[in-house]
Amino acid sequence: MSADNLTRTQRDDLRSIAAMIVPASDEYKVPGADDPAIQADMLATLGRDTKLVAAALDDLARLSGAPLAELDATRRDAVAQEFRKHGGVAAATLVRVVLQCYYRDDRVLGSLGIELRAPFPKGHVLPDGDWSLLDPVKARAGTLRRAP
Amino acid sequence: MKDPVDVLIIGAGASGAAVAWSLAETKMHILCLEQGGWMNPAEYPSTGRDWEAKFYGEWSSSPNVRGRPEDYPINDDNSPIKVVNYNAVGGSTVMYTAHWPRLHPSDFKVRTLDGVADDWPIDYDTLTPFFEENDRIMGTSGLSGDPRSPLTHPPMPQQPLGLSGAIIGKAMNKLGWHWWPSDTTVATMDYEGRARCINLGHCTPACAQGAKSSTDITYWPQAIRAGVELRTHCRVREITTDESGMASGVVYYDKDGIEQFQPAHVVIIACNGVGTPRLLLNSASSRFPNGLANSSGLVGKNLMFHPYAQIYGYVKEPTDSNRAPPTCLWSKEWYDTDPSRGFVRGYGVQFVRGAGPVFEAVVSEQKGILPWGEDHHRVFRKLNGHRLGFSAICEDLPEEHNRVTLDPVLKDSHGIPAPKIDYTISENSRKMMEHALARGREVLETAGATDICINSPIPWGGWHLLGTARMGTDPESSVVNEWGRTHDVKNLFIVDGSIFVTSGGVNPTSTIQALALYIADQMKQRLANLFD
Repeated sequence: MSADNLTRTQRDDLRSIAAMIVPASDEYKVPGADDPAIQADMLATLGRDTKLVAAALDDLARLSGAPLAELDATRRDAVAQEFRKHGGVAAATLVRVVLQCYYRDDRVLGSLGIELRAPFPKGHVLPDGDWSLLDPVKARAGTLRRAP
Repeated sequence: MKDPVDVLIIGAGASGAAVAWSLAETKMHILCLEQGGWMNPAEYPSTGRDWEAKFYGEWSSSPNVRGRPEDYPINDDNSPIKVVNYNAVGGSTVMYTAHWPRLHPSDFKVRTLDGVADDWPIDYDTLTPFFEENDRIMGTSGLSGDPRSPLTHPPMPQQPLGLSGAIIGKAMNKLGWHWWPSDTTVATMDYEGRARCINLGHCTPACAQGAKSSTDITYWPQAIRAGVELRTHCRVREITTDESGMASGVVYYDKDGIEQFQPAHVVIIACNGVGTPRLLLNSASSRFPNGLANSSGLVGKNLMFHPYAQIYGYVKEPTDSNRAPPTCLWSKEWYDTDPSRGFVRGYGVQFVRGAGPVFEAVVSEQKGILPWGEDHHRVFRKLNGHRLGFSAICEDLPEEHNRVTLDPVLKDSHGIPAPKIDYTISENSRKMMEHALARGREVLETAGATDICINSPIPWGGWHLLGTARMGTDPESSVVNEWGRTHDVKNLFIVDGSIFVTSGGVNPTSTIQALALYIADQMKQRLANLFD
């Protein structure tokens, strides 16, 4: 199943709920999860999650009774809370899809100070640290329980 | 009909690789059948920007989530701990944390010391030379001289302490508790053709650098050069027997899904504590109506997982996050029985360095500490890159009601009945887990951590699959004898974690492989009268 199986209404609701989870922020200079590029990433990579995300969006539509974006803020928040509280695996999958696409966006990672690259092949540098911290453990010693 | 082989090994993971390598010097015709294929490090998650997302799909530790053709489904609905594994050349050593403690000498004498479970029919000293040999071949790093652990001689120095290790070390020192750099199978220098660790990060789902040891890059290249034949994408359905009750070979499905029969003079099972009982139970016949090698009725019973009690929190200082192997230090402070604690036996601790941004966001949202809406960004910046974890590996004692059976409905892609898990956490384990969580909270709070969260048990934490074909001298209370041969079928051996009598409180792979090498050594010493 591909993202093409999401209806226009489902896509609209996905965009709306994504913005509720992670809104844009001027303070941190980051887009919201409803940003077009991040939404496009979600739809392009839904893959095996499509079925559960579609189910979650159907559940959301049932709870809201109208496109999410058309509800007033109070009603929208109430629907979102109900959805997250009782939505089970489907809701959790939808939220995870939103977050995993959001937190790999270049602009978002850049704002977090994370380099825009795969871990391999450059890797990372780890400080060796102060191994004198181990001196008290060595001084205390201790014993290994004996076996008969 | 195929020509018979001298030795047929089922499974190319931790134990199958070790036993194949050891037996290769006999120059017998040795064949290993593996349901998975060879791994391609160029496709490992850390080679891509979407490395964390892959953990939720094709690189999940759960075979039920992964659903690769090489995997088989497992019905673990009736267990609070879900089975995780990997099916490929290298088995679950492709996907493990590389944490490398051994069982302690006292772990082999549980009945004698604490009056529970059973003693093993062998002792720690028997395995010592095989631990050492295995450490050399797998290539371990660590610091020799831990006063609370068996003496090891890692050929490479320990991993860096890093930011997280220093914070943990200081907290443990304030509390006066034991900690020590973990032995791991992460290469900290170039070693036997493996490149040193460059801190790709969360290396549990395979290491693109090849710094983390897995048997596809350690034992197998050597075993194949020595003449062992490894046939991949071959899934064994059953072990057959002849009129004298000896194993005669196996029926398997080849890479094209065609049923084949491979005769063999000796069969060795290395399929882990779930796969092995599944295969024995699927090998029931008129001669062995309750499953092969199951006259004791214990095949599949006494499943031990190691319930993990995990607690974590967030400190103000930056931690290593995803910029280092996930584990670096252990503690054996609570490893041995102390009657004042209200439970018997104990637990090892592995400290966790941190998490990547996607994992942090997803898990923290699920835990309710990362809000939706305007405050999301502020809170995420407080959490991300600041996590420290304390994971207690609690000794699971054997209980017959914890078991692997065959699911009456669920089957794999070849139509072979799948395993079904029935498991509950014992009262002793629950008390142990509560104790561990309380100690973990003290450590984290001493380190200045806030927003403390708990996973107890870690639900997707069934890495250690032990005890379902236990070792012993009495055929009525064990499945294999003290050198791994099944009591019922004298040319059938088991070398994986299913032969554990008790579980200890540490990751078991080092001990599993030492046992496999020991059993291979016993076989070599007894070649002239192996079936007596």
